[in-house]
Amino acid sequence: MSDHHAPEPLAPVEARVAAIETVLERRGLLDRSLVDAMIEQYEHNLGPMNGARVVARAWLDPAYKRRLLADGTAAIGELGYGGPEGHHVVVVENTPTVHNLVVCTLCSCYPWPLLGLPPTWYKSAPYRSRAVREPRALLAEMGTEIPDDVEIRVWDSSAEARYLVLPERPAGTDGLDEEQLAALVDRDAMIGVARP
Amino acid sequence: MTLRDDVGLMAGPEALPRDNGELVFAAPWEGRALAIAVTTVERLGLPWDEFRSRLIAAIAEAPERPYYESWALALERLLVDHGITSPDELAGATPTERPPL
Repeated sequence: MSDHHAPEPLAPVEARVAAIETVLERRGLLDRSLVDAMIEQYEHNLGPMNGARVVARAWLDPAYKRRLLADGTAAIGELGYGGPEGHHVVVVENTPTVHNLVVCTLCSCYPWPLLGLPPTWYKSAPYRSRAVREPRALLAEMGTEIPDDVEIRVWDSSAEARYLVLPERPAGTDGLDEEQLAALVDRDAMIGVARP
Repeated sequence: MTLRDDVGLMAGPEALPRDNGELVFAAPWEGRALAIAVTTVERLGLPWDEFRSRLIAAIAEAPERPYYESWALALERLLVDHGITSPDELAGATPTERPPL
């Protein structure tokens, strides 16, 4: 674990919910697999569909892609997404020579409306520090080998700017429509720890 | 799994916060609090209204309080009212820092 960051403060209500969970477990009343399954649903299915639609639109519509890269917040707003946590989204484009990776080194800033709940590892100290210190090794461990001749750019999210990676469109997807393309894009690809 | 209709279709001040139809959370614990309440109410075999009425009361007593803080309070009260736990036990189980990830 990194010691470069102070522990995130634990809000009283968050601590209380943790206490409720502990007590329910003691009583044998908590089915953790059900709880986790529900949360997984929010993590994987609810939010990322929005982000995936943004990516698919950008792959299909060069003019939209230009607007998206110039002003992410406005272009994403065109598709009806936004909200307080989604303000100031900056979209960074993967190319054959550049791979982008998003982290929040200080806390867990994340474009919720586009990607849903952040995965647990995104908030972990090892991810937050290693994404900056040794992104290539970190990505390899997460199953994504980035060739040495591809530059890795690391973007540190904050309250002012939440980053979203625009992955490269996979080869062999020429005939696909927006919905089919969106199905190829998952959360990890938009954080930059995977490629579609 | 999807939310039961009596949870997902709550209307009025107690309706789940949504943006463009999708559930929104200001922090991960909020999603966890939602899932814990829904699964526990089901596990206890209680009608959802047992929770919903306490949620409505918690929101009404402090309308400015963030939604999921009222939610957590309603859940705590439900468990205490049904004799499943006590404020003392909860206080003793309350962590002071986030468990290691």
